Amino acid sequence: MAEPLLRLDGLTRRFPLGRRWPWQKQGVLEAVKDVSLSVAAGESLGIVGESGCGKSTLARMVVGLLRPSAGAILLEGRPVWSGGRVDRAARRRLQMVFQDPLGSLNPRRTVRQLIEAPLIGLTDMNAGQRRARVEALMDLVGLRPEFIHRHAHEFSGGQCQRIGIARALAAKADIIVLDEPVSALDVSIQAQILAILADLRARLGLTYLFISHDLSVVNHVCNRVAVMYFGEVVEQGPTADVLHAPSHDYTRSLLSALPGETLAGYRRPAA
Amino acid sequence: MGEPAEPGEPVAALAEPAGSGRAGAWARLTANRMTSVGLAVLGLLLALTALAPVLPLADPDATDLSRHLLPPFSEGAWLGTDQFGRDLLSRLVWGTRVSLGVGLAATLAAALVGATIGLLAAYYGRLVDTLLMRGIDTVLAFPYLLLALAIVAALGPSLLNALMAIAIVNVPFFARAVRGQALAIKNLDYIAAARLSGFSDARIILTEILPNVFPVVVVTMATTLSWMILETAGLSFLGLGAQPPTADLGSMLGNGRELVHRAPWVAVLPGVVILLLAVGINLVSDGVRDVLDPRLKSGVLVRPAALTARRLPDAASAAVSAAPAPALGPDLVLSVRGLSTRFEVGGRVLKAVEDVSFDISRGETLGLVGESGSGKSVTALSLAGLVASPPGVMVKGEVWLNGGSGGPIDLARADLATLQAIRGGRIAYIFQDPLSALNPVLRAGEQVAETLVRHRGLGRGAAMAEAVRLLDAVKLPGAREKARAFPHELSGGQRQRVMIAMALANRPDLLIADEPTTALDVTTQQRVLALLDELRRETGAALLFISHDFAVIGDLCDRVAVMYAGQIVEQGSAAALFARPAHPYTERLLQCVPDLKAPHDVTAIPNLPPAVDRLPPGCSFAPRCHRATQACREAPIALRALDGDHAARCLYAEEVAAGTAAPAGAPAHG
Repeated sequence: MAEPLLRLDGLTRRFPLGRRWPWQKQGVLEAVKDVSLSVAAGESLGIVGESGCGKSTLARMVVGLLRPSAGAILLEGRPVWSGGRVDRAARRRLQMVFQDPLGSLNPRRTVRQLIEAPLIGLTDMNAGQRRARVEALMDLVGLRPEFIHRHAHEFSGGQCQRIGIARALAAKADIIVLDEPVSALDVSIQAQILAILADLRARLGLTYLFISHDLSVVNHVCNRVAVMYFGEVVEQGPTADVLHAPSHDYTRSLLSALPGETLAGYRRPAA
Repeated sequence: MGEPAEPGEPVAALAEPAGSGRAGAWARLTANRMTSVGLAVLGLLLALTALAPVLPLADPDATDLSRHLLPPFSEGAWLGTDQFGRDLLSRLVWGTRVSLGVGLAATLAAALVGATIGLLAAYYGRLVDTLLMRGIDTVLAFPYLLLALAIVAALGPSLLNALMAIAIVNVPFFARAVRGQALAIKNLDYIAAARLSGFSDARIILTEILPNVFPVVVVTMATTLSWMILETAGLSFLGLGAQPPTADLGSMLGNGRELVHRAPWVAVLPGVVILLLAVGINLVSDGVRDVLDPRLKSGVLVRPAALTARRLPDAASAAVSAAPAPALGPDLVLSVRGLSTRFEVGGRVLKAVEDVSFDISRGETLGLVGESGSGKSVTALSLAGLVASPPGVMVKGEVWLNGGSGGPIDLARADLATLQAIRGGRIAYIFQDPLSALNPVLRAGEQVAETLVRHRGLGRGAAMAEAVRLLDAVKLPGAREKARAFPHELSGGQRQRVMIAMALANRPDLLIADEPTTALDVTTQQRVLALLDELRRETGAALLFISHDFAVIGDLCDRVAVMYAGQIVEQGSAAALFARPAHPYTERLLQCVPDLKAPHDVTAIPNLPPAVDRLPPGCSFAPRCHRATQACREAPIALRALDGDHAARCLYAEEVAAGTAAPAGAPAHG
């Protein structure tokens, strides 16, 4: 089998636990334990699990915000982390969209400055090229051109998330880690953002690592799923297999806890 | 799921000044009367000192022993002279200039050094943080004046050395304040985004963190400036600062010390100026802090009233008590009629809840569903007069609570004492975020017991025993031990169980649950919902369940009301409403949610809901509706009964419910 676009090999992250007294033994929390996954180009891999299962820690390691304690992240076979630093080419190709749309945008920056940041830090574009690229990106995510000089607090959550998506795509990243990108949004806005994400993946051939606690959203967006439980991947495979014929007990308990049985009953005759 | 808590939202939007930016900040600053007084005093002193070189003042250092110790109002010396015959007015003006200048310079120096230390310590953490902050602690460990004295003693007395000493002594205040703020900012996602953008550490500190800690630096400067001026004066008073013949306020004070009995004005006048300066700066800095301090922005200064303000049509008339109580069925617990609640700030009127009517019967669950800002939480809070005022005002409607000993009560017109007996008694609330709804310094059991003492008049011991029994009833594992736990020691699901125990403590007739499981994991959510449903069946309480989640509403509720832009747009039994949605908003919203159990095409609703202070003249949903026609846009649409108790606020409700396609010619949206 050819080398996949992205491969996680035995990825582990430990955090030291606080001690109440200095003579106590320092505990260690293993937030992510020996996770191995591969992601093919153009794929959308969902990572699901409940709070504290390590999915966000995993996401932060993949984009290079958090250094793994052990294991490797390989982008086309080349390690993302080398000598405690993130490889420069990998930095450009791996970007992230955050859960909190407003919190991920510096309140003192205008839309233009926000979207331009990766172009300044990661490319050699001059001011004119950057300006043109920002305008093209705003059009791509459906932000009106006259918004360019506004600040984040003037926008709704959905519009902030569009800015976040434009920023992630600015320097032509091809792997986007989406950390709960729609869970802070209203239902009608969620659908707009999901539509944009699907459209962008199709048009630009993007690869998604979609972190979510919402199985229905993951079912809608992802073609493969990995289920995390206490830092470990307990089950992975094609979405249809994992979510409709789960093999692990934890996946089954997640699915059975999912509300909406009654609603589905009302819906079925219409569908 | 992290849907933002709704009640705060419209209020937060209102808190945003209409003309934000510099002009808004200045207006807010001068709106404070004490700050204006401070600004006037300080402005006068600053103007005098700035104009010192051009004012017709005598030479401050010119001695004339023949004119020594002239009292104030003497000819040629308005404020008199000192023992060397120097003109006191001139020396005061020049001396204030020196004191202010040294104070400002020391403040700037301390701010620069302190902010740098704070930023570096916060950003790099670990060893850098330890070394820098322990250094700061060392400085703080000495009494500041002693340290300043030691520094000046080592460097020799001079104004410049005094300035340095005072700056050094004040560095810790800046370092600590900046570090605290920077630590909070460092963990925000936009700093992570800056790192992903390939920015260097220096660039992140200077362009991402510094602008956001700047308000803290300004606030600290404003609050330490008067201290620094006093400290400069103190050192000069001791002869360690300004050297003769240079005048500064402290040295003038020291100069007049021995003459207090013979010529009190020589010491009193500089003392008065120091007082004016300090008071002026403190008043202004308090104002600046109120405007800039992010911790005060959330409205700590404005305490909401215990009861929502009301401007109801007949509330002012004497006929209030004569308002006829409607004939309500014996099973009816609550009947809300035409409820309207607004938020009023400045010239803006936000119609948060407009003409909302619904009934809930004993043992029934009514689901109130809508997106954030649709008015569902404000509706719930209005029922017991809990909407924050200002800015909330109830302007219309009746809220009849049925079944009490004295017949139905209109809660919209009940007095505060009546409502306080009902809140937590016959009507109980469960909120989305139990961590902020529970008191962090009281143990879980005490909080449950508190409501029993208040409403049932139980003694402390009996109340605690009953609290443990209730915690056991909500299936809190190890209820006896958990009753002694503080809220932060419990998990999210456990905290919500404590909230439920508190709500059920007084066997309420109506339980209002506002997004009670939104912050919980799906497996925890399932258990909490099952518990809520079970307890409702056991107690026979009516349940008003507020959520944005159709799946949860569907599983739990008998009847459903859908809210959009402050109005109920559709209402009916869950079966009718979900199987045959009759309002296009309900229909489209159901298509927005991916559903694992019944997969369907997911189609977004275009655009955003309207702002509730700029509602369209016709149907609020018309601008986003694929069926909207001219008639929809012209006049408000009434809620219309369809079959049974199914009702919708749409001209084409029958076609929508029948699933007929939108008429040709209607604008298509993608």
